[in-house]
Amino acid sequence: MKKLKFDPLNIVVCGIGGQGNVLASEVLGSAMTSRGYHVAIGETYGASQRGGSVMSHVRVSETQELSVLIPSGEAQLIIGFEPLETLRIARKYANPDSTIVYDPRPVYPSGVLQGSRNYPGLDEITAAIHALSAAAYAVPAAQIAMDAGDARAANIALLGAFTQLPGAPLSREDLEAILSQRFRGPVLELNQKAFARGCESVEKGGDA
Amino acid sequence: MEWTMTANTPGQVCLMQGNEALVRGAVEAGIHFAASYPGSPSSQVLGMLGKIAGERNFYAEWSTNEVCALQACIGASFAGGRALCIVKQNGLLCTADALHCAAQHGVKGGLVVVTSDDPSAHSSTNEFDSRWQAVSAGIPLLEPTTMQETKDMIPYAFQLSEELGQLVLVRVTTRVCHGRGNVVLGPLPEQPRPLQPVREWDRMVCVCYMHAPALEKLEAARQEFETSGYNHYSGPEQAKQLIVASGAGRLYAQEAVRRLDVEEETGLLSLGTLWPVPETAVLERLRCAEKVLVLEEVDPFLEQNLEALAGKHQLSITFLDRSGAGIPQTGELDPDNVTAAVSALTGAALPEKTVPEMELDLPEREMTFCAGCPHRATFFLLKKALRQEKNPGIVVGDIGCYFMAGQAAGQYGFQVCNCMGSGINVAEGLGQLTNYGLNQKVVTVCGDSTFFHTILPGLVNAAYHQANMLLIVLDNSATAMTGFQPHPGTGLTAMGRSVKPMDIPKILDAVGCSVETADPFDVVESEKVLRRLLQKTGMNVLIMRQLCATLKAKEQKRPVRVWVDQDKCLGDGCGCDKFCSRVWGCPGNTWDFKANKAFIDPVTCVGCGVCAKLCPSGAIQVEGGAEK
Repeated sequence: MKKLKFDPLNIVVCGIGGQGNVLASEVLGSAMTSRGYHVAIGETYGASQRGGSVMSHVRVSETQELSVLIPSGEAQLIIGFEPLETLRIARKYANPDSTIVYDPRPVYPSGVLQGSRNYPGLDEITAAIHALSAAAYAVPAAQIAMDAGDARAANIALLGAFTQLPGAPLSREDLEAILSQRFRGPVLELNQKAFARGCESVEKGGDA
Repeated sequence: MEWTMTANTPGQVCLMQGNEALVRGAVEAGIHFAASYPGSPSSQVLGMLGKIAGERNFYAEWSTNEVCALQACIGASFAGGRALCIVKQNGLLCTADALHCAAQHGVKGGLVVVTSDDPSAHSSTNEFDSRWQAVSAGIPLLEPTTMQETKDMIPYAFQLSEELGQLVLVRVTTRVCHGRGNVVLGPLPEQPRPLQPVREWDRMVCVCYMHAPALEKLEAARQEFETSGYNHYSGPEQAKQLIVASGAGRLYAQEAVRRLDVEEETGLLSLGTLWPVPETAVLERLRCAEKVLVLEEVDPFLEQNLEALAGKHQLSITFLDRSGAGIPQTGELDPDNVTAAVSALTGAALPEKTVPEMELDLPEREMTFCAGCPHRATFFLLKKALRQEKNPGIVVGDIGCYFMAGQAAGQYGFQVCNCMGSGINVAEGLGQLTNYGLNQKVVTVCGDSTFFHTILPGLVNAAYHQANMLLIVLDNSATAMTGFQPHPGTGLTAMGRSVKPMDIPKILDAVGCSVETADPFDVVESEKVLRRLLQKTGMNVLIMRQLCATLKAKEQKRPVRVWVDQDKCLGDGCGCDKFCSRVWGCPGNTWDFKANKAFIDPVTCVGCGVCAKLCPSGAIQVEGGAEK
């Protein structure tokens, strides 16, 4: 069992219902369990398919039995599928040592489209995400997935980017092995393509 | 993951969701029978049981409602079978009569009821505390904390149920059901044990003289709980400050005590057997305590019992209730409010906040109907039709995805909603008063799964008494809110068998209602039918039939591409008041803030094309349309 840089290691995966949030956290958690760690995951997805905010907390420890929720300010890594949701989570769970990887493509809440609420400017959101963390990488995961053939692979593209972060507990090779165990045929091909492009987007430096 | 449900590899460590741990526990217990009606957060349990029932040689059923489920389990128990009934907080209350009667007549084969509570109502319309039902019925109650305990408690509950001849209630909450953690697999039985034929003089009958034996069973359970391994204590031998925790509260407390560095002086008593309270074991800790913090979710169930116990034994203890501990009166526990509560108990300073304050105001994300949801069209048409009436109409809601119609998603479409299956009855009451001076149209809605669940008796009542009302059956061929479980209208069972589907129009016809059917996506025709039915007296039914959008997306590729011709869209200058994104409100209809024109998000749009029919400028284009 590799020694963890942080114990417990706390990761938040956040986004909007239907973006593949739960799958991403489950893939991470299973990989850490099979490596012998204690894993706890808490999924908050009341409105999973109905456009609400969704988050998963993934917690890993060498020794401790953990609760399924992360205390505020104690997430070391944040994976965000949407900028507003990333900021919402960063504001509660990030600390000055946190690393964030997120898709900067906005999805407007219905209140914003109806004109009753305001969606902050993307530059304001980006600045705030950076201010709340040690490093933040913007990865156009939905676009990468659409280019690879299906927007639904955005979660896999973001997982690819995640493996390239300093402090990521799993390597590119670890996750590639898991993908080929879980998927078959054209879905596997799509996911491999999206995953590779996700990895490259941060190798190239991203938007740190 | 599904293989972990049936893997015969004792000792293997798996990552399991709480709902999966319940399934695994049932398989390890060698159940004969399982029945449920879907209800979040435990909706997935029976779906998984149904898939493995054939392989493990037991029967699993999505029952028409929770009463059917529990009473079918009582039948199975009478033949010596081990039966598991899974319900959510509201479903448990539906079964109250059956539960209380079962508690008096007792059981033969083990009967375990798992009830899932939803503190903070993440996937419910309300938060209830199921634990009072155990007190009211007089049956033993368990509550797990970790996924391992969740798995282990199911075989234990069956063993206890058979030892006592009594049903056992296991309460879980959302953080268990929708959490994941490590579970060490136990051994699987080769086969469920043989059933016991019912003999001529066997009895399970609810009569008053069974009350005393039921109380004796409860006392036997209390004695067993005094030394149960599901209750633990950690901390100093004589703790003056004591935390008593159950469920999710236990792990939050364990971490908070560590975080605040008060392990040396703080006792933590964790209880997994909640009713009857193991009084001797609890008293041992209460006797040295001066201040007690009880961490539990929804109601102060343990707190009140512990206060009563302390009072009975004349102990002078200060109990910190939720408000005294700084925890909001409603909603779930979390690491932050528990840390603050432990700080209030111990006086230890809270860790400093490292997050900078920020002015930025972040808009909330309201729940809405999915892109392409047929309910959006139905409620849009209903609002439109009712606005054209002389007097405002009354719309009575019900429980399902369409509960969201009460919000912006459904044009704030209903004014009153009680519990599941209530709509028809509330509307019947209002409908009768239209003969006594209430000059308004009365409309109610229900989904196809709810129709079978609890609408049927109300339908008979309303039709028999000739209420003036319109029932709209939102038939999307799915129990969509909870994850597409089969119901009697679908022609499928939990175990994957094809059966003859029940025909809703035929049932309505047999009851004597006047029935019409329309397609909500055919907006012009549907509106005509709707307006015609609103003018009719008596009990009328309109079936709005269109497949659930999520189900459709699963079954076929996107059939069409829908896009905005921004040359035709007049944007702000149109006068339509941004109809597509602002009024219609489908998540696929968004706004291009740069061009100040409408835009359709290709990631979200499922191609139903209804917005194209409604756009006053004809700017929304539909391409293709051939099935894959």
